[in-house]
Amino acid sequence: MTATALPTRGATAAPAPPRPRRRRRRRERPNVLAGVLSLAWFVLVAVPLYYLVSGSLRTRQDYLSTNPLVPPSDPTLENYRTVFEGGFPTYLLNTVVVTLATVAIVVGLTLPAAYAIARNTGRFVQRGFSLMLVGLAIPAQAAIIPVYLMITQLRMYDTLLAVILPTAAFAMPVALLVMVNSLRDIPGELYEAQTLDGAGPFAVLRHLVLPLAKPAITTVSVFTSLTAWNGFLFPLVLTQSEDTRVLTLGLWDFQGQFGTNVPGLLAAVTLSVVPIFVLYLIGRRYLLSGLTAGFGK
Amino acid sequence: MAGTTLVTTAPTPTAPAPRGRPRGTRERPSGWYLAPALAFFGFFAVLPMGLVVYLSFTDWNGFGFPQPSGAANWERLVADGEARDALLLTLLFMVVTWAVQTPIALLIGVWAAGRQRNRAVLSSLFFLPLLLSTAAIALLWASVLDPNFGVTQALPFLDRFNFLGDTDIVIYTVVWVVSWQYVPFHTLLYQGAARQIPHSLYEAATIDGAGRYRQFFTITLPLLKYTVITSSVLMLVGSFTTFDTILILTGGGPGTTTRIAPLYMYITGFSGFEFGYASAIAVLLLVLGAGLSLFVTRITGFRAMQSQQEGS
Repeated sequence: MTATALPTRGATAAPAPPRPRRRRRRRERPNVLAGVLSLAWFVLVAVPLYYLVSGSLRTRQDYLSTNPLVPPSDPTLENYRTVFEGGFPTYLLNTVVVTLATVAIVVGLTLPAAYAIARNTGRFVQRGFSLMLVGLAIPAQAAIIPVYLMITQLRMYDTLLAVILPTAAFAMPVALLVMVNSLRDIPGELYEAQTLDGAGPFAVLRHLVLPLAKPAITTVSVFTSLTAWNGFLFPLVLTQSEDTRVLTLGLWDFQGQFGTNVPGLLAAVTLSVVPIFVLYLIGRRYLLSGLTAGFGK
Repeated sequence: MAGTTLVTTAPTPTAPAPRGRPRGTRERPSGWYLAPALAFFGFFAVLPMGLVVYLSFTDWNGFGFPQPSGAANWERLVADGEARDALLLTLLFMVVTWAVQTPIALLIGVWAAGRQRNRAVLSSLFFLPLLLSTAAIALLWASVLDPNFGVTQALPFLDRFNFLGDTDIVIYTVVWVVSWQYVPFHTLLYQGAARQIPHSLYEAATIDGAGRYRQFFTITLPLLKYTVITSSVLMLVGSFTTFDTILILTGGGPGTTTRIAPLYMYITGFSGFEFGYASAIAVLLLVLGAGLSLFVTRITGFRAMQSQQEGS
């Protein structure tokens, strides 16, 4: 009993040798294999990212003539200016619009739906839930041709709405799963207390479900934002002109457009990461919960 | 109260129901709360599933309306050697991607679950690739592996390979880029799960004289069983539908050496304008993809997995 309780404090259990206290806890030998593997992985992650940022600060001449791992001899922000003078601001704005609209649709539709699923055991609701869960297994690629047909027939081709609607639909099953799991954790007594006070379903949704579902709403919002932000297939197939181009497509386009101007491309890629990186800095926990939405702790 | 509600509502549809009376049924949200989500999802996700099956029996070049063509597309698909090659390549790609990612993610995830500060700092760096979009990652690696000016050209040993041009290794290059992107995600899953394992188990094992490797195989790995399953399902389904990375990195080439099934479908439709035939491939993708998810979750017991999550 004492043996299991003690080690949480550290290596204080052994009384005999006056060992120097170390920060390391119960482990005696360092885990060499894991440490080496982690360092190797660190190098494999760090080198491309270092190359990305340092390369974006190089002049084209510098890029073509020097070793890519040597720091830039004469760092310049010229590439970033080139990117900003191109279509980047438009693409960024389009992506922001698509992301916000997708999140609004997904949260706005799945929250009441999850409330119904958590509290209504009727056959229609539960069958509907099962149907949407099947959506977890549908690859978006399989739907792209009919979605293209539908969007052109609806005369929405080459609009941002054409990207928003299918993106939202395909983000919905995961979002719904996360919401339902969260709402099912609300104790039934809380619902009943509200009802005894005379609250109808809508009042319960507003005053009980909405506040208690905030963590789930955050997770869903982050997950949906990332899906929309990184979306590639739907914009690729459903838009065409520069006015409706989103960031991911814009980056790809830069590759062709800049040709040999690789530092310009690297600057564009770096810029595209900045908004998510800021989100990571201010809300790492929320971002990670959104990334693993529905699949992890 | 609830009983009377049932009786009274059925035979008297004449008067509008008085407010506040049938509390028993009114307190719960009606199906209308689900209906908008269901309608939206049905229109943009379920209807296309039906349409793609229909389209697979038509001839359509992308303009005007699809013309019915019977089973021609399906007969062609059965005889299409390129489609078979694409499917086999997809299978190879899935297996190798899984085999590369799982050990790395498992080991780093377990390692990162430790509370030591150096681990926390390093693991927050490990997660950085998660912040990049697929397009950004593919473009970055295309540049890193560039045969003339890339990073690999500045390194010993690696400079002898043309990672994107050599037909023998290019598929493994794609595996690597996809792994680089997704290992952090799976590491995150393993890290979270490994942190749920009670310390007392390890302490008891240490007292019993079990070494680190013994502990890993007798405690950590069995307790992470469901996480391994979740992670593997996500990896297999994810690699089955890999698209953006390959399109940007190699475009399916050189030749057809990286043209896995989703890309073959896309190229057939949106570059070759044979949307009918592409739809037949898409139906195949749909059946295989959905079948894969359902099969794996069924044999591994997804419910057990969910209840494990709820318990944690």
